[in-house]
Amino acid sequence: MVEMEEAKKEVIRLRDVSKYYPMGDSVVKALNHLEFKVFAGEFVAIMGPSGSGKSTAMNLVGSLDMPTHGTIYLDDGDISELSESDLAQIRGRKIGFIFQSFNLIPNLTVKENVMLPMMFQGASIEDRTRRAEELLKLVELGDRMNHYPGEISGGQMQRVAIARSLANDPEVILADEPTGNLDTKTGAIVMEFLEKLNRQGKTVIMVTHDPDLAEKHADVIYWLKDGELEKVTKRVGKRFVDVTKKKKKEAKSNGEK
Amino acid sequence: MKLDYLILALKNLRHRGIRSWLTLLGIFIGVTAVVSLMSLGAGLQAAVGAQFGVSSTQALTIQAGGLNSFGAPGSGVVNPLTRGDAIEIEKLSTVEFATPRNIETIKIEFNDKVVFGNALSINDRKEQEMYETMDLEATQGRMLQSGDFGKVIIGSSLADGGKNGFDEDIVPGKTILVQDKKFKVIGVLKKMGSFTIDGIVFMYDDDLNGLMNYGDDVDIIVVKVKDKDLMDKAVEEISKLLRERRGVKVGEEDFEISTPESMLETVNSILGGVQAFIIIIASISILVGAIGIVNTMTTSVLERRKEIGIMKAIGAKNSQVFMQFFFVSGMLGLMGGLVGVVLGTLIGVIGVMGINSFLGAELSPAIDFVLIGGTLIGSFVIGAVAGIVPAMNAAKQNPVEALRG
Repeated sequence: MVEMEEAKKEVIRLRDVSKYYPMGDSVVKALNHLEFKVFAGEFVAIMGPSGSGKSTAMNLVGSLDMPTHGTIYLDDGDISELSESDLAQIRGRKIGFIFQSFNLIPNLTVKENVMLPMMFQGASIEDRTRRAEELLKLVELGDRMNHYPGEISGGQMQRVAIARSLANDPEVILADEPTGNLDTKTGAIVMEFLEKLNRQGKTVIMVTHDPDLAEKHADVIYWLKDGELEKVTKRVGKRFVDVTKKKKKEAKSNGEK
Repeated sequence: MKLDYLILALKNLRHRGIRSWLTLLGIFIGVTAVVSLMSLGAGLQAAVGAQFGVSSTQALTIQAGGLNSFGAPGSGVVNPLTRGDAIEIEKLSTVEFATPRNIETIKIEFNDKVVFGNALSINDRKEQEMYETMDLEATQGRMLQSGDFGKVIIGSSLADGGKNGFDEDIVPGKTILVQDKKFKVIGVLKKMGSFTIDGIVFMYDDDLNGLMNYGDDVDIIVVKVKDKDLMDKAVEEISKLLRERRGVKVGEEDFEISTPESMLETVNSILGGVQAFIIIIASISILVGAIGIVNTMTTSVLERRKEIGIMKAIGAKNSQVFMQFFFVSGMLGLMGGLVGVVLGTLIGVIGVMGINSFLGAELSPAIDFVLIGGTLIGSFVIGAVAGIVPAMNAAKQNPVEALRG
């Protein structure tokens, strides 16, 4: 058990990361001194109300954006050292994105949408087709493969997005409010798929504003407020305990500076 | 891998509105103009050439009047050529034969109707020379032969009741009135594609002179040179001879010698002018089309901003985003080119068919597959080049901002 804990691999790490946006003459501090660490196989939630900086955090965690200060490590590599294109390739291989508004390409069929990430990695058309069909069967959409996104329901679209996120067999699934545009029932189905993926060993990072959803599914929750990390809680049995410890102190001292 | 982008591009094009297709109008009009011009080209040249009577390659035509003459050959000339000129020219070493010819405007009566036309003189015992230089042949009846005085052969349009104005076919054996004098038609010529020759009446010089009284004056002297290579020398000799006979200096010639080359040059320079004009219009049209593509692609990059963001998020490199837009705009160009090639070829084919039925020629449209291939590649390249800047803009989008849409 101890050995297993030690063998846990750090997948994504944000070290003292800040993101500032210039806004006219002033600067908006969207995110301040964030420390964030995800180990392989974890289900992590980034929790916060709107304006808390969680979207900024998700863009940084997903290596879509570069921090103003601090360092982001993806698989122990500093992403700021990569070219834009290399980063895109690594992102495409290691992270599968699921968005609140599904973000499927409207003029491609469901199957083609799932094939797209593999195309960017240079997979052959045969491999892409085979894998896309497999994945769509996995999310129970085997009979909708040749439909266009406009022809299926929101829940189905999100399942297509899940299939697409798995296309390159990434280590991490990054889901941004995956149930935000869905009703409770279809949202629950989508969450079930994410849970299932997590049980099968995928690391899942979910961004949400809903504390109940976070506490229902996540192992670790990063609570953000006003661009600051408020606390980190961890599941122990059925309860969550605050494990912020010294990080909180650091944040405080930094804040006082 | 490139094929994937092509497929993506095609998928994207399939979902485009009519707006995108309209921007192709410029490309397709331009390409249509160029392709139809090219496929018509040979036909046009033959058609115009036929009007100028460009036929035998060893024949020279001499006319009096020099550079300032206007009107029908030989008309209004102060110092006409004479029969004597022809006889002297024929004595030159480079000349095989020289045939004097007169063209007169005549009144023809048939089926109680009157039509004005042209008559051309044939010289007794020089018939074969004339038939040879003018490439004449009878399709009905026979040609005039020595001693056929009082008889005529006529051009194909003049024989055709639908075209000649008499409302009745003139067939060999019929009699027509020329300048109120009866002539028996013994032959109809094959269609030549020239308005003049297809509407003409051929008769012996003595007959025509009897009607028109031109005496020794000659409108045209047709000269056949012994060998093609002697053409330049023959022109030189004839010029020298005629200058002496007519008492004019070098550079002040009041006569004109046309070679087949010079006629072809005239034809080609006329066609060249027309072609240059069409090509200029086509170029402007294609340029406008290319600007249209730039515009469509720029709009498309804005419209597909979110898609660009999605693609980048799921792992698309800048070059891969670039390629997609690049191929789409290339395909847009290609589509324009394709429509243009099809339409242009169609116009060429119909045009040549028109020329054929009009002139009785048997031309075939010049469908050049290398040209068509080149045009298609060219239109793809134009489209692709027009799409470079918009595609670069697409590739440069920041994924986070693009995802926001």
